[in-house]
Amino acid sequence: MAISREEVLHVARLARLELTEEEVGRFQEQLSAILEAVSKVSELDLTDVPATSHPLQIANAWAEDVPHTSLTLDEAFANAPDRDGDYFRVPPA
Amino acid sequence: MGAHGIDTLRLSAEDALGLLERGEATSRELWEAYRAAIDAQNPELNAFLTLVDEPEGDGIPIAIKDVISTKGIRTTAGSKILEPYVPVFDATVAARCKAASMPCLGKTNTDEFAMGSSTENSAYGPTHNPWDLDRVPGGSGGGSAAAVAAGLAPWALGSDTGGSIKLPSAFCGNVGLRPTYGTVSRYGVVAFASSLDQVGPVTRNVRDNALLYRIISGRDVHDSTTVDVPPVLLPESEDLKGLRIGLPRQLNDLDGIEPGVKAAVASAIALAESLGAEIDECELPLSVDYGLPCYYLIAPAEASANLARFDGVRYGARSDGPDFREMVMRTRHDFLGDESKRRIMIGTYALSSGYYDAYYGTAQKVRTVIKREHDALFEKFDLLISPTCATTAFRLGEKSADPLAMYLTDVLTIPSNMAGLPGLSIPCGLSDGLPVGLQLVGPQFSENLLYRAGHALEGAIGFDPVPGRLA
Repeated sequence: MAISREEVLHVARLARLELTEEEVGRFQEQLSAILEAVSKVSELDLTDVPATSHPLQIANAWAEDVPHTSLTLDEAFANAPDRDGDYFRVPPA
Repeated sequence: MGAHGIDTLRLSAEDALGLLERGEATSRELWEAYRAAIDAQNPELNAFLTLVDEPEGDGIPIAIKDVISTKGIRTTAGSKILEPYVPVFDATVAARCKAASMPCLGKTNTDEFAMGSSTENSAYGPTHNPWDLDRVPGGSGGGSAAAVAAGLAPWALGSDTGGSIKLPSAFCGNVGLRPTYGTVSRYGVVAFASSLDQVGPVTRNVRDNALLYRIISGRDVHDSTTVDVPPVLLPESEDLKGLRIGLPRQLNDLDGIEPGVKAAVASAIALAESLGAEIDECELPLSVDYGLPCYYLIAPAEASANLARFDGVRYGARSDGPDFREMVMRTRHDFLGDESKRRIMIGTYALSSGYYDAYYGTAQKVRTVIKREHDALFEKFDLLISPTCATTAFRLGEKSADPLAMYLTDVLTIPSNMAGLPGLSIPCGLSDGLPVGLQLVGPQFSENLLYRAGHALEGAIGFDPVPGRLA
């Protein structure tokens, strides 16, 4: 299950992850080995087996709809790398 | 003997509570004794990443894994991307410790975002095993396990996704509980794989573990996956009469289980029988072979979504870039570690268009198979026993170049995690001077039973949790 250099770059773009040339080569090799190992899941006959997305059978976990205090603006911005008034400042899109 | 005549290496949390209740020590004295032990040993262990200088509360101090948000105390999750991050709110488990008057000693080392089995993936350097400084403490919660084993904390909080409480507890000679999914709030815990993550206690003995689980467990309005939890009982019984214990052959006869581990587990099983348990072999034909591949699809898939939040916008570190997308891509490149990147890549691939059904969708069905296999065994058995890990603590660097070899470390802890089952690791002896972990797994919400069995076995085994080199 070898994955191509192009696939590594495509996935990195999807994940918004810049990679160096060295990382592209290394991940191509390592991801191929890991994906080959995990592909084992396809060996089983899973006809009529439902998916488990969550280990407990919980339906409709309701909470009372009551107002409560939330973070202040200063708290919400306390860890921001850059702030402009009531906004997070980022480079232009 | 430590500060104020308090022997932190040997004192249990329950004993510490006795000292407080009888007025033989103050909370401040306890805190200072542990702090003195930290100051003496942390330089060589690297168990703590951040220390608290002013204790808050008049109870038993605690160490908290650095994936758990602590208001006003830096929380890095072992990552450079959160190096400057100081939470403005407490995780529910931290708030519950605070409500129980437990001062936080500091934040313990972890593999970055709890992704790893050795604590070597921490951006702040590995933690060393107190039994042998050349060896890993296990991971991801190696800091909490090493802190408890070396007497730097009476107890600690860990978190467990694929084995991050059970494995380090086994490698460091502690008692660690991975609770039933949904019994402990994940609110304020830096998310790795949300359908698997669970916070739990790391302690020196089984009763301490139950005491701490009682404090942190229970429904939380901030985490809609939490449920009501049966009252937690402190175990008293010294026998195992009436208990039916299954030994899954695929967990106990796995290729690669070290002879010393096999021997220690076998003698624990013989003790269980002499305490009155009925023991029988049983089969988990698919859960062990398919558990690991299933886990290494589901956990990275969920991780890739959870780690998308680290974008340099709202918190954490940021790199410069000419435009928004470049800033985000460079930030993630510069401040995320190798294993985090690898898991983001695997997870994104497994979730991407054209591959979703073949990988993530299939893995979720395999998860059902694993759950059903365990459910069927619990019609015949009250609990299952196996080694926690096939080996004792391995050497630093031994597996860090080979991701797949590292992943295999968790092959015995993962199957029950996939099924949402609770698991308790207790020390059952030494192999070449290193602790061996015994894993007890029960049906969902069977923590009281695990504690009962663990406590009785602990008494019969008589393991000395003090690392030889510190005794």
